[in-house]
Amino acid sequence: METVFTPWQSLGGGALIGVASVLLMASLGRIMGATGILAGLLYPANWSDWSWRAAVLAGMVSGPLAVSLLTGQMPAVQVPVSTPMLIIGGFIVGIGVTLGSGCTSGHGVCGMARLSPRSIAAVITFMITTGLTVFVLRHVIGG
Amino acid sequence: MRLIASYIIGLIFGIGISISGMANPAKVLNFFDVAGTWDPSLIFVMGGAVVVTFIGYRLVLKRPTPVLEAKFQLPTRRDLDLPLIGGAAVFGIGWGIAGFCPGGALPALGTGRSEVFVFVAALLAGIFAVNVFRRLQAQRSATA
Repeated sequence: METVFTPWQSLGGGALIGVASVLLMASLGRIMGATGILAGLLYPANWSDWSWRAAVLAGMVSGPLAVSLLTGQMPAVQVPVSTPMLIIGGFIVGIGVTLGSGCTSGHGVCGMARLSPRSIAAVITFMITTGLTVFVLRHVIGG
Repeated sequence: MRLIASYIIGLIFGIGISISGMANPAKVLNFFDVAGTWDPSLIFVMGGAVVVTFIGYRLVLKRPTPVLEAKFQLPTRRDLDLPLIGGAAVFGIGWGIAGFCPGGALPALGTGRSEVFVFVAALLAGIFAVNVFRRLQAQRSATA
């Protein structure tokens, strides 16, 4: 499934992701990591720790609606994989991000921005394995 | 105040994710399909996000404290270990299979698409699985 190269939208969206990350650090002093935020929602320390995370999640989920109000269209979600793949992939992602203490937002954006050696190593690692996985699925097994 | 700020921050993140294409598995997977239907857009997402955050963090972290909390909660570890690298490797495999990552999928729930809910349910199951495993391991060492 082809997708259109969108350098400006992607850059703009990325910049907003960055703005959100900076604002979270400025206001609450925390890393904008989806994995960590989710983990804290599932295993909260206390109400105060749970409530800000729930508010962030509520805001995140409001994003697509906000975009559709501004642009007239819901953001595209094109799923080129089967339901079993979504389930298997999702389960594996859950295991990986919990063991690895983060994902693309925590390690990829915030960790790299802090020049964290752990995050840089994590990002290089998952970029490699994602690339290999896609290659194997699309060009070795598939196609 | 914390909750209003948190909601707005989540909203900005969610809008950014939606505009950038990170909520679109086809676009994400195509970034990694260098040998096939390559779409380099993801570089621009990461690039834009990291540059803005790098500059912003340098400014913000000069302050003694955050605005709404008593102190900054920054990770302090700098060592690499097996859970980090192994976990990252495994995350990549899952991301390459499904095309969604947590940061992309959570905002995508707002589109109402069933595929996102399926992914997130499985994501939660994976998170729970590791936590249950860790708890059992801890019990085993405690009684050993």
